[in-house]
Amino acid sequence: MTAETPLEPVANPRAPFFRRLPVVSHFNKSVGLQRFMLVVGLVLTGIFLLTALTAPLLAPYGFAQLSDADGSFPTQQAPGGKHLLGTTVGGYDVLSRVIWGTQTALLVIIVAVVLSIFAGVILGLVSGYIGGWLDRILVVVADAIYAFPSLLVAIVMAIVISGGQSSLLGGILAAAISITVVFIPQYFRVIRAETIRLKAEPFVESAKVVGASNIRIMTRHIYRNATRTLPLIFTLNASESILTLAGLGFLGFGIEPSSAAEWGFDLNKALADTTSGIWWTGLFPGIAIVWTVLGLTLVGESINDLNDPRLRGRRRTGGGSSPAPVTTEALGAEVRTS
Amino acid sequence: MTINIDPSPNQGTDSGRRVLDINHLKVTFATDVGDVPAVKDVSLDVRKGEVLAIVGESGSGKTVTAKTILGLLPETASSSGTVLINGADVISVSAARLRQIRGRDVAMVFQEPSTALNPVFTVGWQIAEGIRAHAASEGAKRVSKKEAKARAIDALRKVGIPDPEHRVNYYPHQFSGGQKQRVVIAAALALNPGLIVADEPTTALDVTVQAEILELLRDLRDKYGTSIVLITHNMGVVADLADRVVVMYQGDIVEEAAAKTLFAEPRQEYTRNLLAAVPHLGRNSASEGLTERPHQDEEILVAADNLVIEYPGRLGTPAFKAVDGVSFTLSRGEVFGLVGESGSGKTTIGRAIAGLNRTTGGSLKVLGYEMLNLRERTFKPLRKDIGFVFQDPAASFNPQLTIGECIAEPMLIHTRPSDAQARKRVGELLESVQLPASYAGRYPHELSGGQRQRASLARALSLNPRLLIADEPTSALDVSVQAKVLELFRDIQEEFGFGCLFISHDLAVVDILSSWVGVLYKGKMVEQGIGSQIMGNPQHDYTRRLIASLPVPDPAEQAKRREEHRALLGI
Repeated sequence: MTAETPLEPVANPRAPFFRRLPVVSHFNKSVGLQRFMLVVGLVLTGIFLLTALTAPLLAPYGFAQLSDADGSFPTQQAPGGKHLLGTTVGGYDVLSRVIWGTQTALLVIIVAVVLSIFAGVILGLVSGYIGGWLDRILVVVADAIYAFPSLLVAIVMAIVISGGQSSLLGGILAAAISITVVFIPQYFRVIRAETIRLKAEPFVESAKVVGASNIRIMTRHIYRNATRTLPLIFTLNASESILTLAGLGFLGFGIEPSSAAEWGFDLNKALADTTSGIWWTGLFPGIAIVWTVLGLTLVGESINDLNDPRLRGRRRTGGGSSPAPVTTEALGAEVRTS
Repeated sequence: MTINIDPSPNQGTDSGRRVLDINHLKVTFATDVGDVPAVKDVSLDVRKGEVLAIVGESGSGKTVTAKTILGLLPETASSSGTVLINGADVISVSAARLRQIRGRDVAMVFQEPSTALNPVFTVGWQIAEGIRAHAASEGAKRVSKKEAKARAIDALRKVGIPDPEHRVNYYPHQFSGGQKQRVVIAAALALNPGLIVADEPTTALDVTVQAEILELLRDLRDKYGTSIVLITHNMGVVADLADRVVVMYQGDIVEEAAAKTLFAEPRQEYTRNLLAAVPHLGRNSASEGLTERPHQDEEILVAADNLVIEYPGRLGTPAFKAVDGVSFTLSRGEVFGLVGESGSGKTTIGRAIAGLNRTTGGSLKVLGYEMLNLRERTFKPLRKDIGFVFQDPAASFNPQLTIGECIAEPMLIHTRPSDAQARKRVGELLESVQLPASYAGRYPHELSGGQRQRASLARALSLNPRLLIADEPTSALDVSVQAKVLELFRDIQEEFGFGCLFISHDLAVVDILSSWVGVLYKGKMVEQGIGSQIMGNPQHDYTRRLIASLPVPDPAEQAKRREEHRALLGI
């Protein structure tokens, strides 16, 4: 069989819209252990999202609440009674802080990833397509950012942006932008590599022969084909951005407890508790971090495996009902990609 | 050297022995869209010293059958039936036993020699690897490095590599494409297997090199009694080498016959159509009976004068001259056939005319525009008069756009029609390339290869260009599809009357379409003239060799040609 370019149509463009959505189409393609991993990831992530959306209803108290009608909360109280997961050294309710923390995490993920996708995709397209000295400079800058430990960059950015101040919005933006700076090179690299590959594809050349302008080629022909891997990086980066946020909070560059609940900050405050046997102040924010990161990573890794026809598992032949007869054309495409 | 002319089954006990026996083989692939049968029910056998050709178009299951013989199917495949090699059933044996069978009883020659060899090891090491692996697994005394190397040298000598004692230490990149394929064959021969499975062994090679490799394979059969299973889509290769032919279609065997019988009197409808579709050099020529070049009184569209195109070399190496002093003209209404092997510069010329490559010397005038100082801004208005058809129809359409959007693209850029106008024009264009207008709403992957190439033609024609450049438009297609696309191409060219540069490596295809043919060799135009005269009475040595190497799809005629041209081909 002739060597074909591995241009696998992501999902049949003719299928109904919701079936073509990244995660839904991946779910339909999955089977066995891969489907199990994807489902576990989706459930963990789903619970995280639901909690973030319904935090005001779920949380017994506000994230900065120190007292209620009965008076001030006790400090470092063991789980049970009025405070299901206990209270911290500052007198905050651990359960409420964990629940409100999901909102902060979600906001930071959205702002950080959206900002870095926009900047990264545009820079990657332009740099890959135009090439020359512009490309060289952008690559050097991206490499330079790579060379710094990402947390260090984030710390520097946090200081530059917020200057130590931390309101809710300011804190979240500071965290998000500092994460953005770390992530832009990743999106830039991926999109640039895809663009350079696509630039040599005959369909781009055929657009050139026809006389299409550079902007038209970039937006109409390359952009739509180059962004297929984005859902994957999106999920993987989302989990990384939570870790960076927690890292910032843990080191004290995060958001003040009075502005928003933030797991990394709580972990920091719980440090001293561990030696005196107070486990609940550290355990639950920690679990929340692991939960969210695990969920997002499982989704991301599953999408990664399912995108690659060589890694994607398939039902054994012979078993089960096989759908309507397949056209030979589809067969050819399928056998080639296998 | 003797030619094994009559491989009838009853040539004594030894030659009648079955080396390979496949019974009711069925292979199914698990895919995202459910189970897909690739091979439905195939039974065949190969006797000692016989060349069995399995032919068929893409998707016929011929490669899957070949891979089953070596147990090389991917995990997603499941197979049933029996494949007996010297009495062992490849489908059911253990992995350890399968490894013993591979190499010792059966070996494989792959399509692409440059990827079948590992670039970081010497060829001697790669040939010896098989020898040593088998000595170790069979518990015999270990083969020393020296002995393995000696046997590798022997194998290289067998396949006609000159100076094997020295060359055994070379790395793959130090060999040419044809020599690499010889090395791959040497590796397959190292353990003297009774059976070699050759999967499209000459498809990636130029036609002059192909002739040498076919001669080598024929030699193996005659001298060493090796049986060969030849998988190919090229009927000329089959006519040249095969004793017996199995024709496959959609996973089933359509017909099985001795090569001579099959070509002379095919029994099945499918085989007849397949053979009729194969272009035959000298038949159906576009320039038959012409004595002078037609269309010379019309407008000259392309004029190349001493054209030079160089690719910049790497640091410290001189620039590579892809095109070296080529002169020609192309007039309106004329089809200019540009023929050459890989690396001859034919595609570079086509791309330069379309403004995809820059010229570096001489003069190239396209529609009156001098390409030497090409400025995209000034050239753009001319682009609507130039159509381009690419080689691979699968890759030349944006997978995210519908066929209709792709065809309308040139109009949207140059003439900016309204939606309704564009839709109407797309419908007309699709009909002129014999596709239903409803195909405008389909996506490229929903069309077959031939349909996509028709759509590609429709896109090239959408602005009624004066000049069309077709770069190997049919070489990615199956022969039966190729025949239809060529016919369509001819009709459309006559109807629209554009000037056309038709680039191909296949002389027979060029002859069907073009009246005036130019032959390129290493960047130089060695010969140009009326097609039938070039094919019938070539003047330049290279053209003679090229025409002599091209196998014709007729065993008797091909055997005669082979004898006549033996001296010319140097085999």
